[in-house]
Amino acid sequence: MKNKSLVSINDYTKEQYQKILDLAEEFEVKTTQKILEDFVVATLFFEPSTRTRLSFESAASRLGAKVIGFTDSASTSVKKGESLKDTILTVSKYSDIIVMRHPREGSAKYASEVSPVPIINAGDGSNQHPTQTLLDLYSIRKTQGSLENKEVAFVGDLKFGRTVHSLVIALCSFNTTFHLVSPIELKLPSYIKNHIKKRNLTYHQYTDLSEVISKVDILYMTRIQRERFSDPMEYEKVKNSYILKNDMLNDSKDNLKILHPLPRVNEITEDVDSNPKAYYFQQAQNGVFVRQALLTTILGVK
Amino acid sequence: MKNIPRKELKVSAIENGTVIDHIPSENVFQVVKMLNLKNIGSQITVGINLESKKFGKKGIVKVSDKYFEIEEINKIALVAPSATLIEIKDYEVVSKKNISIPNKIMKFVKCFNPNCITNHEKITTKFDVINEKGEEVKLHCTYCDKITKKENITFI
Repeated sequence: MKNKSLVSINDYTKEQYQKILDLAEEFEVKTTQKILEDFVVATLFFEPSTRTRLSFESAASRLGAKVIGFTDSASTSVKKGESLKDTILTVSKYSDIIVMRHPREGSAKYASEVSPVPIINAGDGSNQHPTQTLLDLYSIRKTQGSLENKEVAFVGDLKFGRTVHSLVIALCSFNTTFHLVSPIELKLPSYIKNHIKKRNLTYHQYTDLSEVISKVDILYMTRIQRERFSDPMEYEKVKNSYILKNDMLNDSKDNLKILHPLPRVNEITEDVDSNPKAYYFQQAQNGVFVRQALLTTILGVK
Repeated sequence: MKNIPRKELKVSAIENGTVIDHIPSENVFQVVKMLNLKNIGSQITVGINLESKKFGKKGIVKVSDKYFEIEEINKIALVAPSATLIEIKDYEVVSKKNISIPNKIMKFVKCFNPNCITNHEKITTKFDVINEKGEEVKLHCTYCDKITKKENITFI
């Protein structure tokens, strides 16, 4: 995997995922290791992102790497009309690896073709966000002991959420049973469901959140955005149906963990935060370990 | 082909070269563009709305002194799936092949996804062709992963 760009979750085999997750475990034990002191990591955020960027910068800093980059293309030469290719070629002369978030789908793939240094895709439009998927897998493995044969519920906006799509596809390699909870308008698209069907895995669809809570090992919550609905009345009808409250967790399994890619708005009430089953902030922290594992693997240090 | 009575040939026969026959009339100019024929110096004849027993009306392109690799011709399958590639030497047909849709399409087709990077930067488009039995051809964009259906295909 040395010098290989990470553009899509499909770039890695199951064994390669596991290797990254194993290495992330090492970083969880010893987070600060000055093993990238000779490296410069560029973080090019053509659109704003708080968590992903800070998480990458934290990962790089704890490894001793220098971080350069921008947080918004408004203040850069992109604004002057520079092509993505020129930006990438220039920055590749200043850095050893490029972490990139870009609003256009396919931008990371293209960047990886033109760049002489490896690219890590930190989100390309609605397409792919593979490092989020890896940290989600890490969180499931860590809390459940393994990734195999889990009952996983996805709740909320399953139609537009790229996080959900990538994780569903990745979990298809681990004999997962899927519980899909969403309003009718925001069901998981059939091209994602086809991945489940191709593997002959089981999935169930629900519109009522309370039906699944007692059945599952992982409850993966997502935000439902008003702008996803063509009819505002439909949004008003469903907006309160997919909110997780602490008293709903009474009959849940002991090993249940609640995940959320964040930011949360109101879909998990704050009284859940102190429940030991709430795992979303640790999940965000796991992002640092996973990104440390990726940076060191791709730079060939580990 | 020498048995064909000359009086039926609306477009004059060529001595050496390639005939692409059975092109849907409306797509002839697209074929000319895809094969970059404007940069070929030799004699080229283009026929449109010719009578055809098989298709009613058809288009035809004849290029003198030029032979194509089948891979080069296959890309026109998107607009002319029924086309035949005929090679002529000394007024004789030396080979006749049906074209088939290639596995990959580059350059000619625009990605249907308005937010695809290829629609915003100077990038040669690339698609994998999905050609499942009983279904219309679909193109899978190498960059954004989105599918362009046949009815949404537009040419660059």
